Amino acid sequence: MAEVYFTKEHEWIAVSGGEATVGITAYAQEHLGDLVYVEPPEVGKTLAQGKEAAVVESVKAASDVYSPVSGEVTAINKSVVDQPGLVNESPEDKGWLYRLKLSSPDELKALMDRAAYDAFCATL
Amino acid sequence: MSAVTMTPGHRGMLLEEALIFEQDSPGAAAVDLPEPDELPDRLGGLERQGPIGLPDLAEPTVVRHYTRLSQKNFGIDSVFYPLGSCTMKHNPRLNEKMARLPGLADIHPFQPQSTVQGALALIDACAHWLKTLTGMPAVAMSPAAGAHGEFCGLMAIRAALDRRAEQTGEVERRRVLVPESAHGTNPASAAACGFTVDPVPANARGRVDLAALKAKLGPDVAAFMLTNPNTCGLFENEILDIAAAVHDAGAFFYCDGANFNAIVGRVRPGDLGIDVMHINLHKTFSTPHGGGGPGAGPTVLSAALAPFAPLPVVIHDASGFRLIEHAHDPAARVVDAHPVGRLKGYHGQFGTFVRALTYMMSMGADGLRQASSDAVLAANYILASLSPDLTAPFPGPCMHEALFDDRFLRDTGVSTLDVAKALLDEGFHPMTMYFPLVVSGALLIEPTETESKATLDRFIGTLKGLAAKAKASGAAEAFHAAPQLTPRRRLDETAAARNPVLRWRPEPEKKAAE
Amino acid sequence: MRYLPLTDTDRRAMLDVIGAKTVDDLFVDVPHAARRSDPVDLPHHAGELEVERRISAFATQNVAAGSVPFFLGAGNYRHHIPASVDALIQRGEFLTSYTPYQPEVSQGTLQMLFEFQTQVALLTGMEIANASMYDGATACAEAAAMACRITKRPHVLISGGVHPHYRSVTATTLQYTGHDVELLSPDPIGIEDLMGRIDSDTACVIVQNPGFFGGVRDLAPLASFCRREGALLIVAVAEPVSLGLIQPPGAMDADIVVAEGQSLGVGLSFGGPGLGLFATREKYLRQMPGRLAGQTRDVDGRRGWVLTLSTREQHIRREKATSNICTNSGLCALAFSIHLTLLGETGLKTLARINHMNAVKLASKLTRIKGVRLQSQSFFNEFAITLPKPAAEVVDRLAARKILAGVPASRFYPDYEELTELLLVTATETTTEADMDALVDALKEVL
Repeated sequence: MAEVYFTKEHEWIAVSGGEATVGITAYAQEHLGDLVYVEPPEVGKTLAQGKEAAVVESVKAASDVYSPVSGEVTAINKSVVDQPGLVNESPEDKGWLYRLKLSSPDELKALMDRAAYDAFCATL
Repeated sequence: MSAVTMTPGHRGMLLEEALIFEQDSPGAAAVDLPEPDELPDRLGGLERQGPIGLPDLAEPTVVRHYTRLSQKNFGIDSVFYPLGSCTMKHNPRLNEKMARLPGLADIHPFQPQSTVQGALALIDACAHWLKTLTGMPAVAMSPAAGAHGEFCGLMAIRAALDRRAEQTGEVERRRVLVPESAHGTNPASAAACGFTVDPVPANARGRVDLAALKAKLGPDVAAFMLTNPNTCGLFENEILDIAAAVHDAGAFFYCDGANFNAIVGRVRPGDLGIDVMHINLHKTFSTPHGGGGPGAGPTVLSAALAPFAPLPVVIHDASGFRLIEHAHDPAARVVDAHPVGRLKGYHGQFGTFVRALTYMMSMGADGLRQASSDAVLAANYILASLSPDLTAPFPGPCMHEALFDDRFLRDTGVSTLDVAKALLDEGFHPMTMYFPLVVSGALLIEPTETESKATLDRFIGTLKGLAAKAKASGAAEAFHAAPQLTPRRRLDETAAARNPVLRWRPEPEKKAAE
Repeated sequence: MRYLPLTDTDRRAMLDVIGAKTVDDLFVDVPHAARRSDPVDLPHHAGELEVERRISAFATQNVAAGSVPFFLGAGNYRHHIPASVDALIQRGEFLTSYTPYQPEVSQGTLQMLFEFQTQVALLTGMEIANASMYDGATACAEAAAMACRITKRPHVLISGGVHPHYRSVTATTLQYTGHDVELLSPDPIGIEDLMGRIDSDTACVIVQNPGFFGGVRDLAPLASFCRREGALLIVAVAEPVSLGLIQPPGAMDADIVVAEGQSLGVGLSFGGPGLGLFATREKYLRQMPGRLAGQTRDVDGRRGWVLTLSTREQHIRREKATSNICTNSGLCALAFSIHLTLLGETGLKTLARINHMNAVKLASKLTRIKGVRLQSQSFFNEFAITLPKPAAEVVDRLAARKILAGVPASRFYPDYEELTELLLVTATETTTEADMDALVDALKEVL
């Protein structure tokens, strides 16, 4: 069973062993509106925690997705490139954006669990 | 719902119109050309093969096509168009007539300069008006639009700083401070000049937070960019302190002059401590917006920045007017010109200069002052009249535009967008929506000085009616269904962006693509 | 004052609603030191008749192209514009509308832009085009920046056959972006070696066709070389009428095409405003600057158009936008589109052939003059000749005889002595046989 963490920038990360899957949260997709374009990172790219990893766009907004942790991209979700609406329909499952191999698992400690994230969203 | 019944009226005449490509009638012609001579060609064997794919239509078909298209547009000529930050004021037809005089319309940019002395004199006259109205010593005339003027001003700043660094050895200044409420062009122009952009927050009064600005200023700051009056329609009352702080830090003070129409003839930006400002001739000086351009963005410069103005530079000497078109022209040294280069082909938006000068001469110094006074009066009239019904985020008075937020719509299920769409059915172009970004659901209303009190009253009445309707229960659905009376109703922008169709294709190609 | 509808009675009533005594009270936020009670030192308002007199006084000091034999081009071309173009663009719904932010009441502008984008794509032979840029030169700079974004390479190589203003605008625009722009020497006869200068740092090569000095080139070999090296080929077109007769850049495999659209519908106007055409491959869509109109449906299922893919633009992306451009050149794009629609497939091809044949005829007349040599091996409607005397001097002497003879290359390249005697000469459909003969006769006299 994967451990799921959240960031203040509304990304989620599901960690299983040394690998993790990243996407944007239901809260994020709702605020962006219908997505029309998703640009995931390139496979093999090294991402740094908190730095730009992907771009998601609705008609009226473009938003950078920041990598919750550092690591190397191992896979991207081609389905969301073809069908950006998948992120709206299933943000925390079928609408995942990319997978990466963690280089500094300690970075996870700075992230929120679901309860903390829900509480955080309630303050917004 | 409004005091006066609005009838869009032309609906019965609104006709569906196919694309020109769908009306192709091979063999039809809208031009009668002579037979070309039959000489051996000199095309180097590169003659075009096969059809281009353009349709053939006769002149009546073409005229009807564009006439019908025009009838699907709102324009200032037909409706009140209070699009905040865009200054949709009346476009006098005298401007158009003057721009079409053969001596101005039918001259080539590379004619011998002795044959275009009137054109150079006209550019110089237009520059004189702009310098006098802004109280600035120089103006770069070539920028093609407001954003281009920003780019021009920032280029001049960068060149001046580089030169200063050479002389004094000071550190590189590569940071530009921009308020959060700024037009998107400001950060984009700064980035295009190789600067990094650092946002400055607003205070509770909708102005620059002076303390925050001072905290951000430092030896690496190249410039502070400020729109004044700002994008909330407010005059930056601490502007002299802002200018002093920026200058004390060794940086330049850029003013986005998009809203110069609020103060022209009453306040000279040169008296406010600014170093550089672009002027949108299509806003303040009534040249037509034309469905999105062309604009013109002459940029006034302080004495310190003037030498870096881009080419060409119009000068006047014993032999008359002439253009400096090269950085190493000996005349450039005489006038201490160190141009940043060239920003546009030829000599600027000449046709737009003709229109703007015609307008300035028509209005005169007294008329321009009356125009800004009336523009500010009209906006405050709207602010005062609608404040009981809508919600204003900042206390007045405002300048040339009145800003409201969407608190008056809280829990109604009606959004700013819905109100805008409902206005379309009432025969008004909506205000600017969701800009500036610093307030929630912004409605930015810029009436301009060219609307009568009767029009303003009708608009106020309509908006009051819509606000009341929105607050009544069960109205949301009707708002969501607006507009009803327009040539098209709400269009699916998501579908347009997900599967971009950006051109027509003939049927076989379309099928092949599927 | 004729543009101000408010009366003093209105103003008083409005101030009462606001609760202000005078308009000055509304300007309380302006620092005292900056308030001016007196109007600035400029003339007072004037009636139409008076303004017409003053503006006409400027006009009469110029020699209008249509009043004399006229042979200028160099990126700005004089063509006959059908009367309906101006009548239609002056319809208030086109002239006085703005950017189509509200598509429900802007279908006229949006459908026109969609048609314009299609026309530009067809003309250039490219897949997609935007809704226009400021002019050809700025479009060229935008294309260079776009190529650097796509290839992530820093070097821009510009041919000596590209319009000098396109070259300098591109160099100026990119000078602070960390890219380097290499300008090859002016190349009147097409002998430069572009391929030899392309390497793994080259983002793009920019060429012009027909070239600034007239020559028409097959760019297909350069295109395939660029592709092999991973660089993009940008082709500039300064005279779009040429595309009615010669192979479009798209057919020669260009990656981006930029052009000046002025010569269709817009007129000379001393060089501005014009409009930049910008076309490219579909795969580069998201890196393309400028506005785009796209097709969609409304809630009732009817076809309509909207501005689309705005997330590339400055009002959303701010400092990360593909460009800082906000306006397009809307009214000029409309004029271009109407003119091209009036011409149609048949008319454009015929017009282009007339232009070429007039140029061929003029070239043959001029080269019969002793000492005049044709430099351009191939050309469309403009070619370069060398004279036995400095071209600028000759042009000035002919101007004194009321003939506007062409554009001396030294106007752009005063430091290149070898270009001193080079003159660019253009013939379009507006050039008559009598004009040509007048030029030939006058040239014989001054040479």
